Amino acid sequence: MSGRRLFATPARRAAVAPFLWMLLFFLLPFGFVLKISLSHAVMAQPPYLPVFDPAEGIAALKAAIAALSLDNFRLLASDHFYVLSYLRSVVVALVSTSILLAIGYPIAYGMSRLPARWQPIAMILVIVPFWTSFLVRVYAWINILQHDGILNNVLMALRLVSAPVVWLSTDAAMYIGLVYSYLPFMILPLYATLAKIDPALLEASADLGGSRLTTFWLVTVPLSLPGIGAGALLCFIPIVGEFVIPDLLAGSASPMIGQTLWLEFFNNHDWPVASAIAVVLLVLLLAPLLVYERVQRRRLEGTR
Amino acid sequence: MTDEERRDFEATAQADKPLLQVDAVVRRFGEVSAVDHLSLDIRTGEFFALLGPSGCGKTTLLRMLGGFETPDGGRILLDGQDISGVPPHRRPVNMMFQNYALFPHLSVRDNIAFGLRRAGLPRAGIEARVTEMLALVSLDGMEKRKPEQLSGGQRQRVALARALARRPRLLLLDEPMAALDKKLRENTQAELMRLQRRLGMTFIIVTHDQEEAMMMADRIGVMNAGRLQQVATPRQLYEAPNSRWIAEFVGGINIIDGAVESSGRGRMSVATQSAGPVTVATPLQALTTDQVCVAIRPEKVRLSSGEAAPDAGDAAGTNRMEGVIAGVSYLGGQTRYQVRLDRGALLHASVANTVRREAEAFETAQRVVACFAPDDCMVLDR
Repeated sequence: MSGRRLFATPARRAAVAPFLWMLLFFLLPFGFVLKISLSHAVMAQPPYLPVFDPAEGIAALKAAIAALSLDNFRLLASDHFYVLSYLRSVVVALVSTSILLAIGYPIAYGMSRLPARWQPIAMILVIVPFWTSFLVRVYAWINILQHDGILNNVLMALRLVSAPVVWLSTDAAMYIGLVYSYLPFMILPLYATLAKIDPALLEASADLGGSRLTTFWLVTVPLSLPGIGAGALLCFIPIVGEFVIPDLLAGSASPMIGQTLWLEFFNNHDWPVASAIAVVLLVLLLAPLLVYERVQRRRLEGTR
Repeated sequence: MTDEERRDFEATAQADKPLLQVDAVVRRFGEVSAVDHLSLDIRTGEFFALLGPSGCGKTTLLRMLGGFETPDGGRILLDGQDISGVPPHRRPVNMMFQNYALFPHLSVRDNIAFGLRRAGLPRAGIEARVTEMLALVSLDGMEKRKPEQLSGGQRQRVALARALARRPRLLLLDEPMAALDKKLRENTQAELMRLQRRLGMTFIIVTHDQEEAMMMADRIGVMNAGRLQQVATPRQLYEAPNSRWIAEFVGGINIIDGAVESSGRGRMSVATQSAGPVTVATPLQALTTDQVCVAIRPEKVRLSSGEAAPDAGDAAGTNRMEGVIAGVSYLGGQTRYQVRLDRGALLHASVANTVRREAEAFETAQRVVACFAPDDCMVLDR
């Protein structure tokens, strides 16, 4: 097919847009980051070497390419600090995604069983927190969780604790913040799949002797698996790279990878190591995406 | 079916008590009574059809039998036991859903085995029953497929096998042919009848298609506005409707309003404005007033060309009316004529095309005589 025919219709031209977007705003910047991750830090402007300068000719360019090395990646693999940071990020993301699923599923399920006219209202209630700045909401949690904050006051008034509990700068505070912030991302895809389930399927299950619980486990849950996958990915991936919430709510003892990256970039001015961290993070996050994509494809092939 | 089960079945069939008794059941949605003090008895082994226009309450009634709706009043007795409050999963009743409601994530085998597993049958028993059901609906070899991989007709048969697998006392079928094309529908109807006879099971089918109801059912209950208008065999329903509404709802009909003039010796004379005096057989049912209507089915109206002399001395008192052919619709097996009578009425006549030649056909604007026997006329309240 000739190029002219490929771009013949506006619809086809529009189909090119996402690829152009990916090229301009993802692949190109990622190329820069990848290149910097293969460089080494220097006290200069820019703070890394080698620098590609086409004006200096092909020989200089060849020398620059030869100067690239995997040293930064070797550092990441050999230093426990980075490995632990990655591990902690993955563990935190796994734990919070599990909590999010445990809380989000019942909420989404409840929403999908509401009378049709109440469902849009429930949906708006889930989205409403987005109308306030994310940062303001996290600071609000600092207010609630601090030494003489609302939470401690309520717990003391109910005589559940005798002295104020230390919440801030703990993992508990971080998980509260993470779950609170990401809950809509878990609820919305779950709700979308649950609401799509044909009520006749639930009736068919009941008709064939399935109790409510059996029907839930054998019909509702399997049919909502795509929603569970989408919700889990939408939460897991950004949480792995999360910076603000752990920085404001958790202690500084063991940073998540996002915090480590920030540290390298702004405190140590080590752009190459920061870039290497970002590259490894991206590769790490591609893994669950690829698994999800493969499962989805197998599901589609299975039904054909 | 094993011998033991057959004996059980015959023992129940012999008992006089109906299998299902619907007793003054009411179901309201807000102000509207979808089912309004409806009573109905169904015998064991019967193929019963609930027929009616959309919104008449037939599906609501079926859903109450399945347990998906709870009556607001009245009782539903199965084998003499009130099941009105029993949830669907505890009823010995199964339903075949309108769009089949097959579980999309389960294979054909697992769909059919679903109810058997819930019943706690041993593994070997389930295997055997699934194989038996697959053979019953001619789906052998399809057990590993997912519902999406099946054609509409195959899906319908999986739904049937799944509903039959638990050997319910009563099988409910909600518009089971609605999603099938015409040709497939006719085959499936015949197959469903054979299956029902063979299993000796009791079927209740909901349909809005009167031909389907007539073809399959032993008895038909015609519903309108939440009530049963008439419960009768297909023939009774067509030849002896109990009201003008039924007469107009079931099949095509000519209706001429008139007033009773005289009556005696099994004959009644009705004076009509648009067709003159009509002689009819005295109806068996009592009429409330002498303001009546005469109803005659189109295939019972015979046409002859206008020039032909009427038979002299017709003792039966056949009605003869002159008119002009106003419209002709050729439908293959039959031809439908519209005859504008000289007195004004428009009479529909359908003539079976029993010979290939066109010689017997009438043409538009041709003068004809329309004849019909008094015994073929029905007299109903207006």
